Amino acid sequence: MRTLDWITQVLEVVVALAAAPAFLGWLNQCRAWLQNRSAPSLWLPYRNLHKLFHKDAVLADNASPLFRIAPYIVFGAMVLAAGIIPSMGTRLPLVVSADAIALVGLFAAARVFMSLAAMDVGTAFGTLGARREMMVGFLAEPALLMVIFVASLISSSTALPAITENLASGRIGLSPGLAFSAVAFILVLLAENARIPVDNPATHLELTMIHEAMVLEYSARHLALMEWAAQLKLFNYVCIGFALFLPWGVARAHIGPVGLLVAVPALAVKLALAGAGLALIETVSAKMRVMRIPEFLATAFLFAVLGLLVHVLLGA
Amino acid sequence: MPMRRWWDRAHPVVGAPGARGLGVGREEWVQVARDAAASGGALLSLWTTQEGEGTRDRLTDSPAEAAVYCAYLTDRGVLIVELALPSAAEPAMYPGLEALFPAASRLQRAAFDLSGVRSSDPDARPWLNHERPYDFIRVDGEGVHEIAVGPVHAGTIEPGHFRFSVVGEKVLRLEAHLGYVHKGLERRFCGLPILEGHRLAARVSGDSAVAFSWAYCQALEGMSGCTVPQRALWLRAACLELERLANHLGDLGALGNDAGFAFGLAQFSRLKEDLLRAMSAAFGRRYLFDIVVPGGMAVDLPQEAAEALADTVRAVCAEASELRGIYDEHEGVRDRFTGAGCLDASLAARLGVLGLVGRASGLGRDLRADVPCPPYTGLQVAKAVQQGGDVAARVAVRFDEARESGRLLLQLLSALPQAERAVAVEPPADGAFGVGLIEGWRGPVLVALQAGPQGSIRRCHPHDPSWQNWPALEYAIMGNIVPDFPLINKSFNLAYSGVDL
Repeated sequence: MRTLDWITQVLEVVVALAAAPAFLGWLNQCRAWLQNRSAPSLWLPYRNLHKLFHKDAVLADNASPLFRIAPYIVFGAMVLAAGIIPSMGTRLPLVVSADAIALVGLFAAARVFMSLAAMDVGTAFGTLGARREMMVGFLAEPALLMVIFVASLISSSTALPAITENLASGRIGLSPGLAFSAVAFILVLLAENARIPVDNPATHLELTMIHEAMVLEYSARHLALMEWAAQLKLFNYVCIGFALFLPWGVARAHIGPVGLLVAVPALAVKLALAGAGLALIETVSAKMRVMRIPEFLATAFLFAVLGLLVHVLLGA
Repeated sequence: MPMRRWWDRAHPVVGAPGARGLGVGREEWVQVARDAAASGGALLSLWTTQEGEGTRDRLTDSPAEAAVYCAYLTDRGVLIVELALPSAAEPAMYPGLEALFPAASRLQRAAFDLSGVRSSDPDARPWLNHERPYDFIRVDGEGVHEIAVGPVHAGTIEPGHFRFSVVGEKVLRLEAHLGYVHKGLERRFCGLPILEGHRLAARVSGDSAVAFSWAYCQALEGMSGCTVPQRALWLRAACLELERLANHLGDLGALGNDAGFAFGLAQFSRLKEDLLRAMSAAFGRRYLFDIVVPGGMAVDLPQEAAEALADTVRAVCAEASELRGIYDEHEGVRDRFTGAGCLDASLAARLGVLGLVGRASGLGRDLRADVPCPPYTGLQVAKAVQQGGDVAARVAVRFDEARESGRLLLQLLSALPQAERAVAVEPPADGAFGVGLIEGWRGPVLVALQAGPQGSIRRCHPHDPSWQNWPALEYAIMGNIVPDFPLINKSFNLAYSGVDL
């Protein structure tokens, strides 16, 4: 079984790397359709990455080494995160290295490097974006942790595969505690991935940007890594959502090789549905004022706490 | 009515209905301005002339002589005040009007850059001349820092530099610096054949092509004393309303998009495109350049084409009013629009804000209703006035005006008078002066025109209302948060090209 475990592990990372751009492409397609526009190609994000990797990088004169290595660190963190989220199987050899709390820390580390790099060159927009990103981050992380705690309490473990294993084996349908957490998680996902209503990934208005403002100074391979990392982050978040709330179809420990054959199409179906759902949320919402983001994320935290309370009180 | 005595003294000026002109001395220059400000008049424009100001194509042999002109909008029409400045060895200087009309400041500075005639006001920083770094006014205090935006932006928009002084996300002060698309338009006019100047006028600000070319033609036709056929006037009004409708539709979509509501952009862009295609089918142009020509119209509109255009207008307006319901009821959009970029009525009046922005702040001026030129005299245009002064009010004014433009268009297109589309125009005599004044989609567009010898232009001054409204934007943003600026800016949607000249 050890070989199979490693196959699962490698497959998860490879699928995440390969499918993350397509997921964003699918999301953009759904958004375009919902807005009555003709949609861009599903493969557009790949073409973008390809284009960027073949360009010569331009660096600001005063860019420090931090600015150059940040894209690799951020990208590396996202790849590592993809390795410990059970998107297809629960027996992942890498998982012993990090539990769900470490995962949140991994995202936080990426955020710190990204913000430092944004401020490194000293432009107004980078600093503006970094400041807003840190605000979103420090409000979103507690909410995310709280969501994970609900699932951890139910499963008596902070390791994501153990949680998934436990939840997948139980009843069909969400417990009330998890239902509240799921709402909180969607809010956090939107905020953390710079989606509407918190940030607008499609805008060209520098003054309103959060994520985009931080990567304005990057070009070529650095920008490609940053964009790919952002796509991976979105993919990872969606997979965390599946692991916590929709664990069905994941290859569980006792099933064996057949499990993987089911897990791959199951993941594809879930991603397609999630992409359409996110596009719907983004289409019917407008971008909120930056000053409303704390309210938005406080709501997320409140829902997560409610989930915890419901679980403790009802024991459900 | 202190303005009355000036008005009675003034002589009629050809072109815009009710226009008058008045030559004054130095003291009277200030008195007129004071009286105009006291009686609620607005400063429309200010420009200077300096004969032989280093021109290669010197038009006259008269000695170097400067003059400064000021146009006031009163409830009777436009009053042009002229102050002749004696030619002397020292540089010509005239009393500045900044204290009475804040918008005069930039006009005076730009006039100095163009002609070397200086006002007595203290702020003498160059405006159009970018040879030296611009001295922005600094804000001191704990935690205040500056954000410099532009002139190159991330989107394909016109260039302008914006200097924000902020604390956190809150804007303490904004100072705009424009002039990046200065192209020497006023100089280009000099010496052009006067019968062809409308083509350049249409290109002062491309989104107001009809307004500028009509204003130019109005001045020219007044000077040469020709009577434009009724049919041409009706068609000009139809073109002006089409331009207004198209711009409002585009802005409404862009405003939705800037609020992160891309659905709005997609819908309004489609509506605007439908309208542009209908315009293309009717007039052979998507944007109505070179359609208003001296003496009438460049193309006629056959009956079937007019009916087809009316059908499109009807359909577009029906859909726009449906979309208005969505904008009004969408919580996120309403939250972004309401209270953002508030310009209250007293501040707007003090700053002399014009046009659409003024109407959204309770200043109910609309030339089409106040001093209408034909065919508006018979159309009873309903003014769209809102009291809020915020982005929501400017959106509401756009919706109201789009609906009213639709109504006017249907009325105009269904009752086009039977006449020729144009008559011949003779070039006016040397030295003739006329003024054209048309309510474009942004507000009143003024063209002052003076004829030179052999059918040439001696001097032409086109004025876009954005001159008055740019300073107002700097007040509207105060106290708002930085990321709301693009939305507030878009709700003003002011011209760059039209003021950089």
